Amino acid sequence: MSEKSEQQRLSVFKTYKLYVGGKFPRSESGRVYEVTTKTSAADAAGKGKWLANAPLSSRKDARDAVVAARKAFGGWSGATAYNRGQVLYRVAEMLEGRRDQFVREVADAEGLSKSKAAVVVDATIDRWVWYAGWTDKIAQVVGGGNPVAGPFFNLSSPEPTGVVAVLAPQESSFLGLVSVLAPVIATGNTAVVVASEKSPLPALSLAEVLATSDVPGGVVNVLSGRTAEIATPLAAHQDVNAIDLAGADEVLAKELEIAAADNLKRVLRPQPVDYTETPGIDRMTAFLETKTVWHPTGSLGASGSSY
Amino acid sequence: MPSSALTAAHPLKDVTASDSALRRFLHGLPGVDAVGLEGRAASLGTRSIKTTAKAYAIDLAISMVDLTTLEGADTPGKVRALGAKAVKPDPTDRTTPSTAAVCVYPDMVAVAKEAVAGSGVKVASVATSFPAGRAPLTVKLADVREAVAAGADEIDMVIDRGAFLAGRYLKVYDEITAVKEACGTSARLKVIFETGELSTYDNIRRASWLGMLAGADFIKTSTGKVAVNATPANTLLMLEAVRDFRAQTGIQVGVKPAGGIRTSKDAIKFLVLVNETVGEDWLDNHWFRFGASSLLNDLLMQRQKLATGRYSGPDYVTVD
Repeated sequence: MSEKSEQQRLSVFKTYKLYVGGKFPRSESGRVYEVTTKTSAADAAGKGKWLANAPLSSRKDARDAVVAARKAFGGWSGATAYNRGQVLYRVAEMLEGRRDQFVREVADAEGLSKSKAAVVVDATIDRWVWYAGWTDKIAQVVGGGNPVAGPFFNLSSPEPTGVVAVLAPQESSFLGLVSVLAPVIATGNTAVVVASEKSPLPALSLAEVLATSDVPGGVVNVLSGRTAEIATPLAAHQDVNAIDLAGADEVLAKELEIAAADNLKRVLRPQPVDYTETPGIDRMTAFLETKTVWHPTGSLGASGSSY
Repeated sequence: MPSSALTAAHPLKDVTASDSALRRFLHGLPGVDAVGLEGRAASLGTRSIKTTAKAYAIDLAISMVDLTTLEGADTPGKVRALGAKAVKPDPTDRTTPSTAAVCVYPDMVAVAKEAVAGSGVKVASVATSFPAGRAPLTVKLADVREAVAAGADEIDMVIDRGAFLAGRYLKVYDEITAVKEACGTSARLKVIFETGELSTYDNIRRASWLGMLAGADFIKTSTGKVAVNATPANTLLMLEAVRDFRAQTGIQVGVKPAGGIRTSKDAIKFLVLVNETVGEDWLDNHWFRFGASSLLNDLLMQRQKLATGRYSGPDYVTVD
């Protein structure tokens, strides 16, 4: 009897949703699109096995995500770097707990074997921990006291740029995603992420991890859908301060860069990256601004001038 | 413009003859179908207003805003800044209409008047011991006279909710007529019911009629100082009241929802309510206003979005 009922059990499909402002809404437009596996055979035939329907975000979803990211910016950028590190490390802990799920999703998304997908997922979790460690160290590397010719104590410190639109890499759906997202939020920015168009499921599942690991709602917002459709309003949006074009092809990247120029967004152009290598701090400094304070110190004594 | 006072011959004049007559009249008003009212307000809120209609609605809404600052911490500087914003809401786009008025406390009327001088923007002043209204009548009237003397074009009074809830309708009526008299001919009177404190829709309907009978030029939902302010449902109810009042007396009364309206979307929903309930006669800032402060920024951002195609952000409007 029990064996029979086990056979008849219908599996419960997961409804993948967006992640905006700490909540999991469907797309405002109500649209979805089919996400399929990537296999070498599918590449030839054009279609893989159906995995799930993912929300097909509209520009209004993008707008809502920017509002959420802006709202979260004050709290996240104002949190101490140490605290941000703790929160991000917590994310890595949660990722570890969901390792099997991500291995499955990455294997489907990128057409990898289980063992190769496991290597990718482990590298991703390690990447997250790596950036978690950087939160309270980046200031020492790119900031500090400056020697100036005057009676001033001159101090430079890095400050987050604000709301950053992140176009996640199209091919590396999980390791690539984390490699572009983690540096943005580690430094205190908030992010609107446009997931890989063909394989958004790892990104949407990452949102579930973020939601359960002390990252305040709105710090990371994940949208799935057509990259060009969502990225265009984001690039033109006056309340987005920077955009990472990692997931844009050459033509789109050029268009977006032009749109982004209107309010002088910081733009990180797409570049060939091997996401398995240690990334360096470039992606963190790309979205940092330098604040320099001149503090009067009074007379320099016998050898210097006073003011 | 129809006269804003009932002639002695009008049958409705009798209902204010005594406390009992007034009570009989107000309690004789048909009860409000709360479910139906909320359903109607919600269904009108689903209308889709796009492109040119949206542009028209946004400009209309901007022209209907009573840009308000009613804080204990109001300074002359803040009031001047608000006045400048009311005159030119978006300095980067000169086609933006001015707001209808600035709304301030009585002691700031002179400052506000100076700030909007020569622009057509009105100065409204809350009075009668806003927001509680718990002061002797003489104090309230002095408050009104001061504001009018300082040049206020409009007076926003609060009714005595305590007396209203206790059923002493004639006291409320007499107070409104006294304030109306103190406004003289120069100032229009807006009567605030504080709908959030009136508990029931029936009470809101009664208060609306009471205010209109007493000579209000505008009926206004709330002070913005309590938890529940303007909602589509209570505004719809008041719009129905002014429609019925005009049908019976020929007198047109304005409506002003205030408090809690923060987004363009909300504002447009209210405009749909107006158009569908009382029609185009009220789609003008002489007859319909929004009491709001943060609403204006959202309207301006939406306006910029329509003009440029790009989403705007709070960096491109003033902080207030």
